[in-house]
Amino acid sequence: MLGKSLPEMSDTFIEIDHVTFGYDASRTILNDLSLRFERGKVTAVLGGSGCGKTTLLRLIAGVHAANSGRVIVDGEVVNVRDRAQLYRLRRRLGMLFQFGALFTDLTVYENVAFPMREMTDLPEALIHDLVLMKLNAVGLRGASHLKISEVSGGMARRIALARAIALDPELIMYDEPFAGLDLISMGVAAKLIRTLNDVTGATSLVISHDVPECMAISDWVILLAGGGRLVAQGTPAELMASTDPEVRQFVRGEPDGPVKFHYPAREMADDFGLGVQP
Amino acid sequence: MNVLALIGARALSVFRGWGRAALFFRDLLLAVPAALRRFGLVVTQIHAIGNRSLVIILASGAAVGFVLALQMYYALVNYGAAESLGLVVNLSLVRELGPVVTALLFAGRAGTSLTAEIGLMKAGEQIAALELMAIDPRQRVLAPRFLAGLVSMPLLAILFSAVGILGAWLVAVGLIGIDPGNFWSIQQNGVDVWRDVGNGVVKSTVFGIICTSVALYQGYETEATPEGVAYATTRTVVISSLAVLGMDFILTALMFSTR
Repeated sequence: MLGKSLPEMSDTFIEIDHVTFGYDASRTILNDLSLRFERGKVTAVLGGSGCGKTTLLRLIAGVHAANSGRVIVDGEVVNVRDRAQLYRLRRRLGMLFQFGALFTDLTVYENVAFPMREMTDLPEALIHDLVLMKLNAVGLRGASHLKISEVSGGMARRIALARAIALDPELIMYDEPFAGLDLISMGVAAKLIRTLNDVTGATSLVISHDVPECMAISDWVILLAGGGRLVAQGTPAELMASTDPEVRQFVRGEPDGPVKFHYPAREMADDFGLGVQP
Repeated sequence: MNVLALIGARALSVFRGWGRAALFFRDLLLAVPAALRRFGLVVTQIHAIGNRSLVIILASGAAVGFVLALQMYYALVNYGAAESLGLVVNLSLVRELGPVVTALLFAGRAGTSLTAEIGLMKAGEQIAALELMAIDPRQRVLAPRFLAGLVSMPLLAILFSAVGILGAWLVAVGLIGIDPGNFWSIQQNGVDVWRDVGNGVVKSTVFGIICTSVALYQGYETEATPEGVAYATTRTVVISSLAVLGMDFILTALMFSTR
């Protein structure tokens, strides 16, 4: 069902309930936003830069507190002041950061092993096998000995993905997983996200502005506009078939339409001093 | 009215900063037991910030010892007290110059490195990544570095003083011609291990707490931009140095006032 109403879902894993958020009083990033993410599905949140997609992830992970409204994960309201609850929640999630956030003083192997060594009591021999399996899944088993300074941006993203799934989390959040990847890596990453979700039964949340990849792998797509306004949500097929001008502009990548290409500005004649002379 | 509002806003901002620093220090102390349980992390950091400060500390200690011996000799010889050179140099080093100069050098060498490292970890979202892995960065990153600073500083100050005394011995005995037996025996008689050396160690431990916590706080609270990290490293040196000098006066007054 295409529209702005919440989907009728059988098993909601994350609920965003009338959430309003701004980093300061002068700028609201999300405004009374309500969303639901179904358990075991891949949900993509699409939108242009600055529409609050990454902020949404941070609210779910409890990095920031909503100014009003509630974020509910698996029936539990996220309370950023309750550190014990936050850490309990975070042990169940894996996050792929936009720029990888790899530990630059560690090797590729050590980065993927890091959460296993820190969060579990697994023997080193088992960690060794698990790390190589995770690296194999992202095609980088052979790069395990490299330093982070020796890998390319695309490789770093794949290593970060291997680290995000190191402990087989129930919820995997991907912040711009396709940005900066070449076409082959992008296809591999998209397939990997889908496969991981199907194999592990995890709930996946993909934040992106890469429409074709997200449409190809998602079960449900949410389209946000500036100010965290919900434009539409539905299955990929429904969004692709939409006649709504704003949806069409975004999914087809048209430069101008309901969403303006130019940042609000004065008249061009005024800026270039071509106005009426006194 | 505007001026009043400006002063008020400024005062609020200063108090807020102090409050944040106090809370940070409290959290740092609370994270120490967890870091002690993983002492390997502390040892790694002692190597990173202690061992790697050795060259500058030893070189500076020797240079200070050379100059101190010459200057003291020029002053003492006029009063026929050149034989007490060893004692004057020793007390100057273990009571004051050792702890203070080591702390100032530590702030410049290890403090800036800590601030830049933590600041860049923050800019590269490594701190956020730890948080999202449910790993407390205060326990995993900050507390081991804090303990390493706490352990390293007194050891570095002791080495500074020791090398300084050896430097002074070289100049006093080799260059000036002071009797070596006298150089050492006057120190043996005049320096009290607990009162002089012990207080020097206490001072440098306090300076270790100051320099390391200032460096970590500046790194942790920095704006995650290249400019932010640059300003934070500068603030580390300025704040640490001023705090060390101020605290040195207070400690000296408390420790040596009755003598």
